[in-house]
Amino acid sequence: MFDGIVLDKTALTLGTTHFDFDCRIEAGAITAIAGPSGAGKSTLLNLVAGFEQPQSGRIFMTGTEQTLSRPSERPLSVVFQDHNLFAHLDVFTNVALGISPSMRLSPHDRGRIEDALTRVGLEGFGKRMPGSLSGGEKQRAAFARALVRRKPVLLLDEPFASLDADLRVRMSDLLLKLHRETANTVIMVTHDREEIARVADRVVLVEGGKVASSEAKADYLLRFASPASTRPGTV
Amino acid sequence: MLTLAERRRGIGAGLTVLIAVILFVGTAVVTLLAWDGDQSASRLFTAYTWSILRFTLLQAALSTLLSILFAIPVALALARRPGFPGRVWIVRLMALPMGLPALVGALGLLGVWGRQGVLNGWLTAAGLEQPVSVYGLSGILLAHTFFNIPLAVRLLLAVLERLPAEYWLLSASLGMKPFSIFRFVEWPALARVVPGVAGLIFMLCATSFTLVLVLGGGPAATTLEVAIYQALRFDFDPPRAIALAFLQITVTAAVVGLVTLLPAATDMVRTAGRSIQRLDGRSGPSRLWDFFVIAAAVIFVASPLLSVLAAGLRADLWKLVTGPRFIQAATTSLAIAVTAGTIAVTASLAILNARQAIRDRRDPNLAERLLSTSLAGTSSLVLVIPPIILGTGWFLVLRQFGNVGDFAPYLVAIINALMALPFAVRVLEPALEDHRRQTARLAAALGIGGIDKWRLVDIPVLLRPILTALSFAMALSLGDLGAVALFGSSDLVTLPWLVYSSLSSYRTNDADGLALILGVVCLFLTILGTAGRKEHNNV
Repeated sequence: MFDGIVLDKTALTLGTTHFDFDCRIEAGAITAIAGPSGAGKSTLLNLVAGFEQPQSGRIFMTGTEQTLSRPSERPLSVVFQDHNLFAHLDVFTNVALGISPSMRLSPHDRGRIEDALTRVGLEGFGKRMPGSLSGGEKQRAAFARALVRRKPVLLLDEPFASLDADLRVRMSDLLLKLHRETANTVIMVTHDREEIARVADRVVLVEGGKVASSEAKADYLLRFASPASTRPGTV
Repeated sequence: MLTLAERRRGIGAGLTVLIAVILFVGTAVVTLLAWDGDQSASRLFTAYTWSILRFTLLQAALSTLLSILFAIPVALALARRPGFPGRVWIVRLMALPMGLPALVGALGLLGVWGRQGVLNGWLTAAGLEQPVSVYGLSGILLAHTFFNIPLAVRLLLAVLERLPAEYWLLSASLGMKPFSIFRFVEWPALARVVPGVAGLIFMLCATSFTLVLVLGGGPAATTLEVAIYQALRFDFDPPRAIALAFLQITVTAAVVGLVTLLPAATDMVRTAGRSIQRLDGRSGPSRLWDFFVIAAAVIFVASPLLSVLAAGLRADLWKLVTGPRFIQAATTSLAIAVTAGTIAVTASLAILNARQAIRDRRDPNLAERLLSTSLAGTSSLVLVIPPIILGTGWFLVLRQFGNVGDFAPYLVAIINALMALPFAVRVLEPALEDHRRQTARLAAALGIGGIDKWRLVDIPVLLRPILTALSFAMALSLGDLGAVALFGSSDLVTLPWLVYSSLSSYRTNDADGLALILGVVCLFLTILGTAGRKEHNNV
């Protein structure tokens, strides 16, 4: 049994656009979803997350079928580009909602939340409101919530797209660190080739509502690198 | 960017409007307060005035509470169901009572809930003896909730719809149950605006005149505004009217002051843009509850409107509109509405232009900044000094110069214009602001000014918002009974006054027909007056 994520001929029509995804995403790896805007990257992610349901085809995760299950029943956490935190709740509560959506917390849970905040570099930020955080700090808090949820799959929808270049590098490092610690399966929508080079193991290319290719990062970069930038270390 | 002459003209016009408004309002207030001061002061704290004050505040507080309590589940249900059948029309339906003259709404409510209304008809048919009574406190509350639940629904729905789409996806992904979503997402968003919405509704209910006049019963269910009216119109007791007016100004000033401190709410409901996806509330009971709540709101709001329509169509409309009484009243109403609308729009333009002219200077001096602030406050002045107070004050002034009836039409037009001023400013401000941003530099660079600028640059763009503001102001004036109530006589009959007097003399058939005509005209003008605004805000 394949223990990654399988989209088995999942088809969906939104408005006039038709999507038809068929691919396998390996467990324990970081897979980047690349492709031009409007190609269906986010739709693919929404199907995996359960925000959209396919009109035909099936979806499997860690060996079980999840085609019709609700988002909260799926073994995954989601981090969006923006608005990951409820602006009127403090950081601690935002993270804690990942453990208990009705805020029933044991002392042990509280310890885990503080621990997760420390691991993402937000020690002592629990009482802060999201409005007082920088863009990078907000995304760190979202990562802390994903950590406490202990789900095997992490979905990222352009998580660093609204951050500046330096911060993107540091957040990529944090993502890699957390990935090594938890050995989770990461699916990350991105349009940033440098980011793919930094963090991804594999790349799924989406074009025209279909999966055009699914390959190792090195192969993908080789195919799309221009001759001038094939030297090692540059992309 | 403006030339010196342009700036001077702009500021001069604004200053003129400011002085005119202050003179008009000030004369009324000063006359009131100076009139027979000793006698009024002794009348200020009688058992009678206290009971009126208490009732005014009580009914406003209850109306506000009920409106908010019922509006919250409706707004939540509508927000949860972006794909509810006919949702766009339901949201539009919620905008109708705002444009409906209070008197017409009251007639519609009587048609449904009144002694001879549909509901009591059914109850009697079902063998129930005790009819539902809509006079007194219950009638006032019914009418205030009819007008304010839809308002609150729109304001609260707008807040929920402005929440980031990610919030709903996130709460679904975290597995939040309906109560958790309410506690952590919906309620915190609503809680920020509920005080502002409640303040607004409280103010509308504390100063509501027509509804209390028609549906309130006797001294036990009378508000300050209606008591002032009765003191002048029936008992001719100026000291009592003045004492009550003093209380009224104190109450409204306190409420307006409080409301401006609270965060404002807008009713810009999202009609375009990214669609919201709600994954919660998929369970059967939740669907059933939302359907029930939305259906109840629709029936509550639509039934009086349908009643106005049905009752109006039963009247002999053709005979009515060709009758001399109607033609005279319609002509008077139209003349007053056009005058009031023109004054309101002209004054708004002058106010906004002056404020732009002041802002145009790199560092305005103290006097200019002060003027800009006063201009911004001018339009809210009318909220503090209700029409009935302006009417009372001027009534006392003009009495010294002859027959008040001779001045009445002009007075009513000016008071209506002042009432419409805040709305006209609100419609015109964003349009003018956009227009200035887009054209100011270009016009300055090309050296277009004066008449040419009006003809070539301003009028083509601003004509639409100006007409929009005009139709909104005219709708307000056409439907208003408050200002005309003090002066209405056989010499001065407006359409609302004609409806009201037909109603008081038990010519209900005529009243129904006239109410339908008046309601349709006012709704039409209000829809014209809001269509442009919505479009503007969705860009």
